[in-house]
Amino acid sequence: MFDYSMAEIGNIVVMQGFSGISLFSVLLLMALGLAVIFGQMGVINMAHGEFMALGAYTTVLFSQVAVSYDIVSYYFIFAIVAAFIIAFIVGYLVEYGLIRHLYKRPLDTLLATWGLSLIMQQAFRSIFGAKEVSATLPDWLLGSFQPTPDIDIPINGVFVLVLAAVVTAGVYIFMFRSRWGLRMRATVQNRIMAGAVGINTKKVDRVTFALGCGIAGVAGAAFTTIASTGPTTGSLYIVDSFMVVVFGGAASLLGTIASAFGIAQAQSILQFFMTSSMGKVATLMVIVGILMMRPEGLFASKLRK
Amino acid sequence: MFEIENLNVSYGQSRVIHGLSFKANKNETLAIMGRNGMGKTTLFKSLMGILPSTSSKTVVDGVDLNGADSYQRVASGLAYVPQGRMIFPNMTVQENIETGLEKSKSREIPEEIFALFPVLHEMRHRKGGNLSGGQQQQLAIARALVTNPKVLLLDEPTEGIQPSIIKDIAKVLNEIRKMREITIIVSEQVLSFTMDIADRIIVIDKGTFIHEDLRDNVDAAKIKGYLSV
Repeated sequence: MFDYSMAEIGNIVVMQGFSGISLFSVLLLMALGLAVIFGQMGVINMAHGEFMALGAYTTVLFSQVAVSYDIVSYYFIFAIVAAFIIAFIVGYLVEYGLIRHLYKRPLDTLLATWGLSLIMQQAFRSIFGAKEVSATLPDWLLGSFQPTPDIDIPINGVFVLVLAAVVTAGVYIFMFRSRWGLRMRATVQNRIMAGAVGINTKKVDRVTFALGCGIAGVAGAAFTTIASTGPTTGSLYIVDSFMVVVFGGAASLLGTIASAFGIAQAQSILQFFMTSSMGKVATLMVIVGILMMRPEGLFASKLRK
Repeated sequence: MFEIENLNVSYGQSRVIHGLSFKANKNETLAIMGRNGMGKTTLFKSLMGILPSTSSKTVVDGVDLNGADSYQRVASGLAYVPQGRMIFPNMTVQENIETGLEKSKSREIPEEIFALFPVLHEMRHRKGGNLSGGQQQQLAIARALVTNPKVLLLDEPTEGIQPSIIKDIAKVLNEIRKMREITIIVSEQVLSFTMDIADRIIVIDKGTFIHEDLRDNVDAAKIKGYLSV
């Protein structure tokens, strides 16, 4: 760490900081979906990473079709929408077929969704092969942007950041301004009472779960712009995403954003100066320390108890 | 208007409500009185479909609700103000009331609600969890009222509320009944409050009705006897 000049360290911090922002964007998208499912329903969805992979594979398929029809410049936007819709539909079916029978058994949900994640991984392996695949990116996503000769900022990273911002804003509006959001929040706070004021809580559960999965699908589409997709891609991100949700305080949107940012930046910058595992260890130590002092996460809402 | 026939509720093997039957008319307030642990809350929860129950009839305005989920019961015209208020603590007062608008087409809270409860209008941007007990009770009633009920169920609305607010709540309930001509069924332990609002009083003991009387004929000493431990 001490062999660099101040200017070099400055550049490294900016560039690693930006690569941290790409990681932040993917983590945030993953964690948003998880925060919706875990924070709102208390369901630990171990298969969340596979829903991300599902979105990524959807994007790859779209790109293959786009290449064969020579419409690579435009397909990406549609691929994002399709990734959301497909992950939403699969999530809806999973809730209907599996999760809803296990609401009163949290530990069983954990095992069942873990099993689901293995099934989905194997399905990806059988259908798309064990090799990692990548989407053909449109030209406008390639290249980088150089504010000074020593700093390189990749355009796909900027795109992912913008996408994460748009999705976050969308989730915020959905949760706090829409009728569905009101139903969801009421159901979270008191399921029995939500039913007794006329809300169909079972339908709310289904939509909440499907929405969380749909957002994971968008995360997958974003992921294809910064890395290639394999059957186990999702499982690499699931632990970090849970960490983000728990650290940020479940059910707090602002907390999720802040903690995704903190964790991604810490890992990215520390990993440059230390080894990758040491970077992770250092980040985890800090998180454990902070969670000991604030068990409900960074941004727990204050209320009379 | 509201009719229950042969209602039974059990917790596992132990039966708590034993074959209750009663009717309540339109524009009538019925009070169900009894000591703690006699089955008042259980009765109300089973009426709302929160606890599983068996009955030969649960009819609201001609619609049979046997086996229906809570939200379907609300759609048919039942509304519920539970014991302990159970407002949504993390949502603002306004949002709390809006959760009851599931049936209505507009998302606007009707003006008459705020006319009945001016304090809720004043506090509409505060979180429900930060209101006092009496204010939360008013909020719970407002939330039930916006569902446009035909039958309003209130489970011990006076529990833990100071006497001056209890009087206010009685006034509001009478006003609501006059305005909307609905059926109000209330469970209570406080006789003075019941005498202010009820047309008819039923006493429940160990899951069966043991006494029924119109308010005008009520022998206060006798009811007090039933309620004392």
